[in-house]
Amino acid sequence: MRNWLLAAAVGALYLLHQDFWFWDAARPLVFGFLPIGLFYHGAYSLAVAGLMWVLVRYAWPTHLEADAESAPASEPPGEAGERS
Amino acid sequence: MIPALVVFLYLGVVLYIGIFAFRRAGGREEAEGYFLANRSLGQYVFLLSLFGTNMTAFTILGSAGHAFSNGVVTYGLMGSSSALVIPVTLYLFGTRVWALGKRFGFMTPVQMYRDRWECGHIGTAIFAVQATLLVPYIVIAVMGGGTTLSAVSGGAVPYWFGGLVVAAVVMSYVFFGGMQGTAWVNTFQTVLFLTFGAAAIVFIGVSIGGFPQALERLADAPETAALLTREHVSPRFFFSYMLIPLSSIMFPHISIFCLTARRMGQFRKTVIFYPLCILAIWLPCTFLGLTANAMTDVPGIESKIEARAVLAAERETLSPAETAELQRAAAGDDVIILMLEHYAPLWLAGLLGAGIMAAVMASDSQILALSTMFTEDVFAYYGGKSRFGSAVQVQTGRVFVVLIALVAYVIALQAPPGIFGIAVQYAFSGFTTLLPLLVAALFWRGSTKWGALAVVVWTAVTMTAIAVLQAAVPPPPPGTVVPVWTVAGVDVVTRTPGGTDVLGYMPVLPMLLGSSLLMVVVSRLTPKPPAATLARYFPVESPLRPGSPR
Repeated sequence: MRNWLLAAAVGALYLLHQDFWFWDAARPLVFGFLPIGLFYHGAYSLAVAGLMWVLVRYAWPTHLEADAESAPASEPPGEAGERS
Repeated sequence: MIPALVVFLYLGVVLYIGIFAFRRAGGREEAEGYFLANRSLGQYVFLLSLFGTNMTAFTILGSAGHAFSNGVVTYGLMGSSSALVIPVTLYLFGTRVWALGKRFGFMTPVQMYRDRWECGHIGTAIFAVQATLLVPYIVIAVMGGGTTLSAVSGGAVPYWFGGLVVAAVVMSYVFFGGMQGTAWVNTFQTVLFLTFGAAAIVFIGVSIGGFPQALERLADAPETAALLTREHVSPRFFFSYMLIPLSSIMFPHISIFCLTARRMGQFRKTVIFYPLCILAIWLPCTFLGLTANAMTDVPGIESKIEARAVLAAERETLSPAETAELQRAAAGDDVIILMLEHYAPLWLAGLLGAGIMAAVMASDSQILALSTMFTEDVFAYYGGKSRFGSAVQVQTGRVFVVLIALVAYVIALQAPPGIFGIAVQYAFSGFTTLLPLLVAALFWRGSTKWGALAVVVWTAVTMTAIAVLQAAVPPPPPGTVVPVWTVAGVDVVTRTPGGTDVLGYMPVLPMLLGSSLLMVVVSRLTPKPPAATLARYFPVESPLRPGSPR
């Protein structure tokens, strides 16, 4: 359930990138110099960093590392004659 | 000339770092050491180096130039979209590539594909397409080097010599330092352009008396007001551009770099901080490029704005040659450098030029990746390693580094201007189209080598078709399009000033849909790899298997 919620959050952020509501707007100039559309996407990047923290904190695939570390040492990849 | 001397000093420093890494290796000539730094990078070097690898001439010069011509849309197109897509792909795919590399000893993505689908020559086909797509990316770095050195020296260093110097320096430290030297140089470079990027913003802002006045002027002037909005860009184009950052994980230098982490935990900070690094670099570059439109007191910028105005006013009457000449004159790839030259003192312009040069020179990883792929996927795979040994393999990789740098330089001398367009049209779209290879290899048991071949052939055919189309139909003047294929009154394919559109979307959308469909259909019609192979990748309750408990 938690993973589904996180996937939905990523999907929602993907959609929020299409901010048609600021498409034709230059003003207000946030802080006096940032056009609103540019400010939105700057804030969007901060929101993404927040979501990435949540992903790393609550859905980190630690089993991948354990699996890789515990696997026996394998032969290096083979050469042409060893497969079709 | 002082800024150019500072930049040359900087080039000497990065050369030293690369050679220092070579000496530190103590002459050990193992392939894994040279090509992957013995899978030993720590978390900060991993983060900064990975970020630096993705930040190129395209980022600093291309994004500012694009913002100069197109306004704030630049950050949404490639900045904030990358801030989301690249960390997510590192999280989903990068960690799994690392785990498989650790388990099975892979050094390149092609080795993984060959093992996963039990294919030999199809892997070579994947190598060929990846290598072909990577070359333009290396070329833009050489072009950026030529542009930067020429600009910071006020034209005293010609473009051809600047490009030559950059190609030679990058080639040298990759040649000696391998992945370890490249990672250290990238880390140094990332710190440099993060620091000096912030300094550039502050200094230019103070010099022009504050940004608010400049932005008010732009917002009030009819000819520039649109640059503060996205009204000149269609939502379809903007939406499809979001697919471009999917290419990142498919670039061989990024997927190979994923194999260099000491532990998978090194990805954690990279995933979290990547969007913040994007914000710190792309937003200032976009903003400075936009603000350059208000700096009509800078002679070089004024002439660009005049050229753009002539293009817009007389586009119906201009000949193709005149249009091309004006487009060249209006191109904004060097606006940041022109601003620094005009507003910053010489010593600071030199330091900032070095910061820009740091980004421009990020082609090192691509060159090393191409060398790694050649020596592992071709030389070693076809028996070179077992016949001549690991030391000869590394020497072969070094020779290949020299050859790539030379070829990139020769192409850069012939290539047209417009760093941004070249990169996007070829390298990025092509690698995004290849994405189904990685997704299917990691997550879909039912995928087959024939499905993989279909993806590769589709990518090659569509990329060639776009290149032929764009060579045959010259770009129309800004603000116009040329219908190329019309069905029932609907323009399906159009030639635009910046490239090609399909139903208003970037070609990358139908290209990705097509490659995904081909992977599914062809895989369903062809035999699967043996059960033993599938069991290695998708063991029961394996974490590599989608849907397994976490």
